Amino acid sequence: MESKLRGHAHKYGKNVDTDVIIPGKYCNIVDQAELGKHALEGLDPEFTTRMKAGDIIVADRNFGCGSSREVAPIAIKGSGTSAVIAKSFARIFYRNALNIGLPIFESSEAVDGIDAGDEIEVEPASGLVRNITKGTEYRAAEFPPFMRALIDAGGLVPYVERRLADAN
Amino acid sequence: MGMTLTEKILARHAGVESVEPGRIVNAKVDLVLANELSAAVAIGVMRQIKGADRVFDPERIALVEDHFVPAKDAQSAKLAKLMKDFAIEQKITHFFDVGRGGIEHVVLPEEGLVAPGELIVGGDSHTCTYGAFGAFATGMGSTDIAAAFVLGEVWLKVPASIKIVYNGKLGPMVFAKDVMLRTVGELGIDGATYRAIEYHGSTVDELSITGRITMANMAIEAGAKNGIFHADAKTLAYVTERTNRPFVVDRADPDAVYERVVNIDVGALEPQVACPHTPDNVHPISEVAADKIAVDQVFIGSCTNGYIEDLRVVANILEGKRIASSLRVIVNPGSQKVWMQAAQEGILTTLAAAGCAVNTPGCGACFGGHMGTLGDGERAVSTTNRNYVGRMGSPKAEVYLASPATCAASALTGMITDPRTVAAFAEV
Ligand code: SF4
Repeated sequence: MESKLRGHAHKYGKNVDTDVIIPGKYCNIVDQAELGKHALEGLDPEFTTRMKAGDIIVADRNFGCGSSREVAPIAIKGSGTSAVIAKSFARIFYRNALNIGLPIFESSEAVDGIDAGDEIEVEPASGLVRNITKGTEYRAAEFPPFMRALIDAGGLVPYVERRLADAN
Repeated sequence: MGMTLTEKILARHAGVESVEPGRIVNAKVDLVLANELSAAVAIGVMRQIKGADRVFDPERIALVEDHFVPAKDAQSAKLAKLMKDFAIEQKITHFFDVGRGGIEHVVLPEEGLVAPGELIVGGDSHTCTYGAFGAFATGMGSTDIAAAFVLGEVWLKVPASIKIVYNGKLGPMVFAKDVMLRTVGELGIDGATYRAIEYHGSTVDELSITGRITMANMAIEAGAKNGIFHADAKTLAYVTERTNRPFVVDRADPDAVYERVVNIDVGALEPQVACPHTPDNVHPISEVAADKIAVDQVFIGSCTNGYIEDLRVVANILEGKRIASSLRVIVNPGSQKVWMQAAQEGILTTLAAAGCAVNTPGCGACFGGHMGTLGDGERAVSTTNRNYVGRMGSPKAEVYLASPATCAASALTGMITDPRTVAAFAEV
């Protein structure tokens, strides 16, 4: 992960589901950049034209609920979004985001303290979220040790490679 | 400390005496499932893993073509072919192409690939369906599935369990779907996130296997990791008819610890409807029907309600009648076996004669994929499990979720209708 992520906030409500993140009709696309063109299309069709690379999605609770489609975090990553900060994430989305390397952070305080358009900086290693526009700081929930190790290994693929190497 | 049913299964598969909620375990899997969409990504990931040329066990992987098949376009055909080629290359025993399979979650139990006490992961959120048989089953993304293909193992955080106890006898035209919609309405769409739901009580003991499937299937609609029933005589009869593989029947300990216990009395429950645009926006049919909501499409099918029992209910209601001229009815039997059974019982003819379009088995319209996608401003009442914005097509369409009976009754009148008000129900 980058040492610092920085961009403007795009703010959404609770229960942003996978059907609006990437509608079913696009689920036969595999290319990340192509998927990125349709990120959040069902919720905010202007999102991809308005956002700039590095921007951050800020949302209320249960972000990513619905299907197991891994293309949901891939589409967000493909759009150039650098991180998602939410009050909570749906379970499968949470796993998928970690596995594919989309930085995600859980913090109710940060979400309440950020308005759309605010400039935000996040330090992934420490979970520190800085609202540059407002001059405030928040700390996101820490990952449990096993997940931290997965993230540090660079995701699930290197983790599996190590397991295979150990077995031989 | 006693363990819940989910904890028992996870402990056994992790090779440890006991587990408690919050602990992360590496657990052996009995079966890994993928469909052509999740497989396409998972296969790509597997190819990137250095040292991973073979799947851990070609007999413990199930690959089902169901989302965009028969291929709706060249891109979909490419994904379907990718999975088929992989199945051949890896000598995967349980590969189901069009005409031999159907919807993954309908096919696996039918083929005897699901048994009590097993641990099943799938690249599809409705993998939780197999909890109907007393298995631990959960959906994952494609990278997790790729890892499971290779290792035959997954990491899992042990979920706390919510015990839901159902009591009371279901009234006429009230089904497992209504009970589960009510449950999702009560818990909310994130009410069980990171949790297991354990279903208990006299109402679910009385339910058929299909009814339990409908309920376990929608555990994810409350955000749950899995939903699980205890296996009983009905489960064993179903499973042993289809496989002679040995399996273990687990039971929750009497002193198991639940995060919470929810009591739901269904004695007075009416048919339920989830209104747009979330599956927890649930209201009793009397309220919804009073609004005289006209619909453009009725969809009967999916891994929630695409079973022979469901089609029988629909056929009973439509028998000898014509659907309202203002709408279309699309029926997707859940699997090839369901389709054949329905054909043998004359159900397909009854439905077609009533004016329904009967499709080949598959997911079809359920996720707005093809064969019944909704347009701007259209409204559907559907037997499926999700009604998020854009779920069945246009983000400007509306989806109501209900039981097959409510959908069939609505097909006759053209608006969302209480199935108890349609005549000729006496014989159902
Ligand atoms: S029928 Fe619908 S819910 Fe079930 S697997 Fe297919 S798309 Fe998913």
